[in-house]
Amino acid sequence: MENKEIKKVLILGSGALKIGEAGEFDYSGSQALKALKEEGIATVLINPNIATVQTSDEFADKIYFLPVTPYFVEKVIAKERPDGILLSFGGQTALNCGVALFQNKVLEKYDVKVLGTPVEAIMNTEDRELFIQKLDEISVKTIKSEAVGTVEDAVRAAREVGYPVIVRAAYALGGLGSGFCDTEDQLVNLVEKALSFSPQVLVEKSLKGWKEIEYEVVRDRFDNCITVCNMENFDPLGIHTGESIVVAPSQTLSNADYHKLRALAIKIIRHIGIVGECNVQYAYDPASMDYRVIEVNARLSRSSALASKATGYPLAFVAAKLGLGYGLFDLKNSVTKVTSAFFEPALDYIVCKIPRWDLGKFHGVKREIGSSMKSVGEVMAIGRTFEEVIQKGLRMIGQGKHGFIENSPMHIADIENALKEPTDSRIFVIETAFRKGYTVDQIHELTKIDKWFLCKLQNIYNTATQLELVNGIEELPEDLLRLAKQQGFSDFQIAKAVLKRDMEVGHQANLQVRDLRKQMGIFPVVKQIDTLAAEYPAQTNYLYMTYNGTTHDIDYENDGKSVLVLGSGAYRIGSSVEFDWCSVNALLTVKREGWRSVMINYNPETVSTDYDMCDRLYFDELTFERVMDIIDLETPHGTILSTGGQIPNNLAMKLDEQKVKILGTQAIDIDHAEDRHKFSAMLDELGIDQPAWQELTSMDDVHQFIEKVGYPVLVRPSYVLSGAAMNVCSNDEELERFLRLAANVSKEHPVVVSAFIQGAKEIEWDSVAQNGEIKLYAISEHIEFAGVHSGDATIQFPPQKLYVETIRRIKKISSKIAKALNISGPFNIQFLAKNNEIKVIECNLRASRSFPFVSKVSKINFIDLATKVMLGIPVEKPNSNVFDLDYVGIKASQFSFSRLQGADPVLGVDMSSTGEVGCLGESSAEALMTSMLSVGHRIPQKGVLLSTGTAKQKASLLDAAHKLHKKGYQLYATEGTHRYLNDNGIPAIKVHWPSEADKEPQALDLLHRKQIDFVVNIPKNLTSNELTNGYKIRRASVDLNVPLITNARLACAYIDAFCDNSIDDIEIKAWDEY
Amino acid sequence: MTNVKKATLILEDGTKFKGYSFGADKSCSGEVVFNTGMTGYPESLTDPSYLGQIIVSTYPIVGNYGVPSREVGTDGMSVYLESEKIHPEAIVCQDYSWDYSHWQAASSLSQWLKEEQVVGICGIDTRALTKLLREKGSMLGKIVVEDCADVDFYDPNKENLVGKASCTEVMEYGVDNEKKVVLIDCGVKDNIIRCLVQRGAHVIRVPWDYDFTGIDYDGLFISNGPGNPDFAEATVANIKKAFEIGKPICGICMGNQLLSKAAGAKVYKLKYGHRSHNQPVREVGTERCFVTSQNHGFAVDTATLGTDWEPYFVNMNDGTNEGIRHKSKPFFSTQFHPEACGGPTDTEFVFDIFMDSLK
Repeated sequence: MENKEIKKVLILGSGALKIGEAGEFDYSGSQALKALKEEGIATVLINPNIATVQTSDEFADKIYFLPVTPYFVEKVIAKERPDGILLSFGGQTALNCGVALFQNKVLEKYDVKVLGTPVEAIMNTEDRELFIQKLDEISVKTIKSEAVGTVEDAVRAAREVGYPVIVRAAYALGGLGSGFCDTEDQLVNLVEKALSFSPQVLVEKSLKGWKEIEYEVVRDRFDNCITVCNMENFDPLGIHTGESIVVAPSQTLSNADYHKLRALAIKIIRHIGIVGECNVQYAYDPASMDYRVIEVNARLSRSSALASKATGYPLAFVAAKLGLGYGLFDLKNSVTKVTSAFFEPALDYIVCKIPRWDLGKFHGVKREIGSSMKSVGEVMAIGRTFEEVIQKGLRMIGQGKHGFIENSPMHIADIENALKEPTDSRIFVIETAFRKGYTVDQIHELTKIDKWFLCKLQNIYNTATQLELVNGIEELPEDLLRLAKQQGFSDFQIAKAVLKRDMEVGHQANLQVRDLRKQMGIFPVVKQIDTLAAEYPAQTNYLYMTYNGTTHDIDYENDGKSVLVLGSGAYRIGSSVEFDWCSVNALLTVKREGWRSVMINYNPETVSTDYDMCDRLYFDELTFERVMDIIDLETPHGTILSTGGQIPNNLAMKLDEQKVKILGTQAIDIDHAEDRHKFSAMLDELGIDQPAWQELTSMDDVHQFIEKVGYPVLVRPSYVLSGAAMNVCSNDEELERFLRLAANVSKEHPVVVSAFIQGAKEIEWDSVAQNGEIKLYAISEHIEFAGVHSGDATIQFPPQKLYVETIRRIKKISSKIAKALNISGPFNIQFLAKNNEIKVIECNLRASRSFPFVSKVSKINFIDLATKVMLGIPVEKPNSNVFDLDYVGIKASQFSFSRLQGADPVLGVDMSSTGEVGCLGESSAEALMTSMLSVGHRIPQKGVLLSTGTAKQKASLLDAAHKLHKKGYQLYATEGTHRYLNDNGIPAIKVHWPSEADKEPQALDLLHRKQIDFVVNIPKNLTSNELTNGYKIRRASVDLNVPLITNARLACAYIDAFCDNSIDDIEIKAWDEY
Repeated sequence: MTNVKKATLILEDGTKFKGYSFGADKSCSGEVVFNTGMTGYPESLTDPSYLGQIIVSTYPIVGNYGVPSREVGTDGMSVYLESEKIHPEAIVCQDYSWDYSHWQAASSLSQWLKEEQVVGICGIDTRALTKLLREKGSMLGKIVVEDCADVDFYDPNKENLVGKASCTEVMEYGVDNEKKVVLIDCGVKDNIIRCLVQRGAHVIRVPWDYDFTGIDYDGLFISNGPGNPDFAEATVANIKKAFEIGKPICGICMGNQLLSKAAGAKVYKLKYGHRSHNQPVREVGTERCFVTSQNHGFAVDTATLGTDWEPYFVNMNDGTNEGIRHKSKPFFSTQFHPEACGGPTDTEFVFDIFMDSLK
């Protein structure tokens, strides 16, 4: 090892999960921390993302829940005085921060050595112009492009290369501010936006229709290079690789193609001088061997996390070791343990990554996908045919699809257009096209997807049509059934095909197919991922299942010593890294208690799918079918469903029916909490209050119910045509519009209407019980009033402003519920409190999103305790009182609206945040300020735009406005707010709404001119004009990267915090110093 | 794929794997070996080193990009392939891709196999098969296709495959080039010739047992080739004569083994060989490592090398020999394939070293 003097290393995390920067960096960072720990090096981690696995005391020695910005990182460096810093494990956030620290000479000042790739090399890949120059030096072709800093130059450059062009922003994560432009108007629009994020944008010729290929390359300081994996995008160039279906290894490249690009990748990494890992992306001509390098990421990336999972080669771990000065030849292959880490994995399977989008959660967002990222998560399917992996993967994304085929029919207005213009559901349009008689050639013409992929999809379609000719499940021929399974059909899909697509197919038919194929001896086999295609023996525990094989790779002990933990699947809005933390902690406790820990999960961005976190990892589906397959083989002691969020929870009843032993709370009790009617009846019986609600099947009934409870009401249709699944309606007009346009009310599609209580506090109860008795609990308080989804709300723990009476009542109610449902394990209840009246709104008999937050703030691991309970170990109530803390934790939400063009950045009853942070402070104000800065807020320096909603909301913000004024901010206000401020003696400049285009000054102009650097825009209601005006201002704030708050309570708290405190008041304290 | 015939792979230990035929309508037999490369089936199939073998592809999906044109260029070499025909007896995979897609494809793999009367079998758990070969060592096997006559097991290592794979008469390439390089053809891959000609060699390709000592050459090159090196005694005798001449010598694969034998070393059969594109080798005594393409069943026993010789490269996975060199004279060889095709091209510098040594 070269750097013997390195004793302490600082690692920068990536902060809150956001579109373009998600769980993959928890995995990368965790791996790097493991690598350093192995060397006995002390680690300091800065990452405000409290829900991650890396911010756990087993992983890092010192953890700072602080923003990853030069200001805070410098403070931590000054305090900790690390010898080295790792910049490439925390995504673009860490990289940008590191470059800034280097340029400001902070690293030099404190003598901190950058380990791994030198900063100059990073800058050479980040600045497009330097990058192209660098590759020109070795005659490597890049995309012809011009870097410009003004809109005028962009227009000129585009004229030179000719439309269509693509615009890219430099120093931006995941293609932010990038896009294709067919016309000058589009260009001007896009460039203006991009320049607000980045000082430089790139205008280049579009190469639509070319293949997109990636290589993951590793280099040590001795100049030894390997390519660990290559990957091929299913979609042609033009769709961001994070938005594309991707396979590994490449499928349509010949040996000459493969090695041409491989050799180039090595030439590039050598010339740039990477030490560690990088990713090279190519555009590759489908009709010649011509290529262009699209970009090089001089850091661990989403693709490298995927490549690690796809191959079993721990890229981040190895990169960290190389950063310390090791050579690849010094390191062992961590799977075989005997062969060298200097090698290139040989796969004997294919993997397929599919993005998970949640575009349906947003109002106004476009469904088209393109050169900038919109997806919020991804899945990886492993199998031995393409048909198998694409079908597995499409089930894994968890949006009600059964695979490629046999889904509910889609309504597509213009099929050719739907093929030509890629959207989040294009793959299903291809299925529809086959049904309509389109040929592979025609679909290829429209989509430019390689015919190889299309032919494989056609194979699936052909098999489906054969299945559809069978007259009953009992008549299924063995060969056809086997073929279908080899092509990745689920039992359910087969049942659906045989019973015809339009019939309601139930769980019974699913079981019927399962029984039949078992009788025929058609079983999946378990295979290992061993990095060398079975060439060397490997004791690997990294497994998947396939129907394309005849022999299991492992022998089962059948000793009843396995405990299965079901993971949480694809990250999505509402379920992400927090459940990975829960799953990992469950695994750790299972292992510590002497059981064999077995994980099932399929999300490549997670730590739970790192094969060294458990005794056995099934990288496979979390469907009833696959979970049962695994249970049949493992014959476990029991199965844990309560740490992986809603996906495992939903399997409870079906697994119970099959006599599967569920550890912890029993299925019947889970059902009592999940089933609205049963739960409600139970609450009534226990004398526990809940908001009035009813399930209704006609508009008349709806109106009758509302007459009783009054507006506003919360409306939850069971069948949604478009837009969000839930809505608050304040009057008849809104109700009619929502139910007529967005949903259906009928006998088949009932709608649940509940009274919506305004001005109520929302309170979270996170707890662990054993045999119905509460052992541990945490009560947290929302800063926003009820009405903001608990996943979007800003939450503080311990609660600071609750009545003792409220707390006492909540404890009583929770005890009653725990007893009634005989809870053993984790659970969460959400309460409304208004004037000490407590109502229960939801109860989940599983770990909730806030478990890592309350565990880390209280320093008591709730999952550890819950897992012990589920293992039947008697537990004591922890001694320390979780409320007796002399500090506060605040969890704030990260939104990714800037990625979601057109989406209205307003908060409501449906969740829209993509991530969260949790920061600690001596006071609420300090913790809030730190957490807001961690999710991208900046303390304003100039002007604040206020448009503060209804009279009531205006009144609630009056004090805050006063403070802002006194603090010296120039206030701008829209008409009503302006009048109100004036009446109350607060000076403000009146600005005009976009709809009053002829009047000056225009709010939008001020935003564009950067005179406003903070916007408080509280939507009054949902009337359409207000929406248009308010929407335009909110959207402009997001597009121009001006911090925005749309909730009055949060705005007050935040304004109080930054007016009363300065950034210097934030203490630089590690977690263990609280 | 409705008219697909069933076929069975039978190993000498009696293990049977049932699958479907996608190649010639006949049965065949040979030594069953596995290759872990993820691309390059056209190159492997035309590599003479696979003569007499049944190749198992551990990568499950085969045929994706079809097969390029079999045309022979004006230089007398195959334009896209490694020789003019398919050498192994059969190819085995999990999932044959009936549809292919590539701009250079001239036909499907299935069509080509049928044209050349070579067997293809798919639907085989090639991972299970590979593990079996790894545990028990390479085995003889046969593939019996439905409705075709059965065949006996055949052990290619019991005959002189070098003699079978070699050319029978002297051929020349790059005749306008200055440096004369005698190439002993033990079953040479065309890319070795291309690599030499591109670097300014006038290649004189001679049969395996040809006495080339009468030619006034600048350098001697010993090619790759199939089977057991012990059959190529005639070649070894000629190499010994070349030691006396003293001009630079380079060998690849079989060439490494024959050069070693001439240098007094022993060669032994590996349990299941190295056939892959990801073999790590290290230049002995340095920190230089390379990912290499390999295809061999025999290896040099370094311990038996003469005192004038030293190991040049070593395999980083199992420590086997990957090349030797003379301590003072310009004689060296590699067990891996610097000419790649298929596989990584990182060690093409071996040709540069050889050509530089001719100056």
